[in-house]
Amino acid sequence: MEHLELFFKSIFIDNMVFATFLGMCSYLAVSKKVTTAVGLGAAVIFVLAVTVPLNWLLDHYILQPDALVWLDGNSETPKLSAYYGYDLSFLSFILFIATIATMVQLVEIIVEKFSPSLYNSLGIFLPLIAVNCAILGGSLFMQSREIETLGLALNYGVSSGIGWFLAIVAIAAIREKIRYSNVPAPLRGLGITFIITGLMAIGFMSFGGMLTTDGNKEEAAVEVTETKTEVLQEGKTESTQIVEVSKITKE
Amino acid sequence: MGLLSKKDAKLIMDPLLDDNPITIQVLGICSALAITAELEASIVMAVSVMFVLGVGNVVISLMRNVIPSKIRIIVQLVVVATLVIIVDLVLKAFAYELSKTLSVFVGLIITNCIIMGRFEAFALANKPWRSFLDGIGNSFGYGLILIIVGFFRELLGSGTLLGIKVLGDPIELTGVYAYGYENNGFMLLSPMALIIVGLIIWVQRSKNKTLIEDE
Repeated sequence: MEHLELFFKSIFIDNMVFATFLGMCSYLAVSKKVTTAVGLGAAVIFVLAVTVPLNWLLDHYILQPDALVWLDGNSETPKLSAYYGYDLSFLSFILFIATIATMVQLVEIIVEKFSPSLYNSLGIFLPLIAVNCAILGGSLFMQSREIETLGLALNYGVSSGIGWFLAIVAIAAIREKIRYSNVPAPLRGLGITFIITGLMAIGFMSFGGMLTTDGNKEEAAVEVTETKTEVLQEGKTESTQIVEVSKITKE
Repeated sequence: MGLLSKKDAKLIMDPLLDDNPITIQVLGICSALAITAELEASIVMAVSVMFVLGVGNVVISLMRNVIPSKIRIIVQLVVVATLVIIVDLVLKAFAYELSKTLSVFVGLIITNCIIMGRFEAFALANKPWRSFLDGIGNSFGYGLILIIVGFFRELLGSGTLLGIKVLGDPIELTGVYAYGYENNGFMLLSPMALIIVGLIIWVQRSKNKTLIEDE
């Protein structure tokens, strides 16, 4: 149940592109054709599925405060360990990005060796992915949302990858069609893509009411209001706006 | 002789408008959109990127002849990651609340495409001083868009600028609120950032017709 909830939450509610704007650069640059978009999307799912669990292990066994106590076998009684009191979390950026860059290189070599056809379809995108914010973002959100088990971390990696895949394939399909419409000249290309993505993000916000927490079957509308409220509170706003937005939601 | 030759000044001025990193080069969008709900966060983000890009460009430019081209991405990532850790620790020490608001997006400066893009396109082929100017120019262009978006989102969304209530008090109905004005809470949600950037691109490209894409 926990897995299913995280799965749908990462795909639809916390969609990487529409909710947190991760990986926008490649999202905008590589979305002119559906086929290339599918290639890049698949590569992102793949790399996220590898790097998020790996970084979870790093985070859990090396970086977190007092994480090193397993080194001398004192996991049960951390205070006895010689490694008690170490906090290496300031190293997380550099370790995460090193893992990602290495894994991307490794994945590239392995895929090239064992599946040349997959390599040809993913090939050019793999090096790009090392600097895709969606990948590092996946690991950083995994850390800041305190995902508890390795299984959940794997789930989080795969499902947020799928969310990103969906987003880039959808925008690529729209961009293929919009070529036939009469868009104002200055908006052509990049401008209209931004605006369409904005509209799609508004659409995806409506998934906010999809999940009911802890199996409680509350009214969907209440849920939506709550999520919106949370979103707003995160933006450190005042209570008045929260009221206003809940009005909008009820309408 | 002035401090900057004409060529050097061009390095700073070009990225402000006609070669803007966000609206023209399409680099560094992620962070530009995610943290612009408040003006203050936008400014801090712009300054952080300026520090990382300015210093990083110089470091990469100094090392450009010793980096083997096969592993240059990893070298670049290590340089950026080190600089970003410095920024992150400084923010946590001196502006803790703000570093909470920016959350993972400080870390994401590492993969901000502006940084890698300028390293690849400029610092690897130019001398340190010119690379420094290029870094500063591009981060000005980036900061400009961030500040415009942050300005409109905070003004229309919460009626404040840098936390100061410039439009009056919405609860006591002073200022413009006395005439029935209401804050548009929608501006604070993420989709509006995309739409505002889209509109900026629209304005910019109708001013300068040479920038129009033909698809």
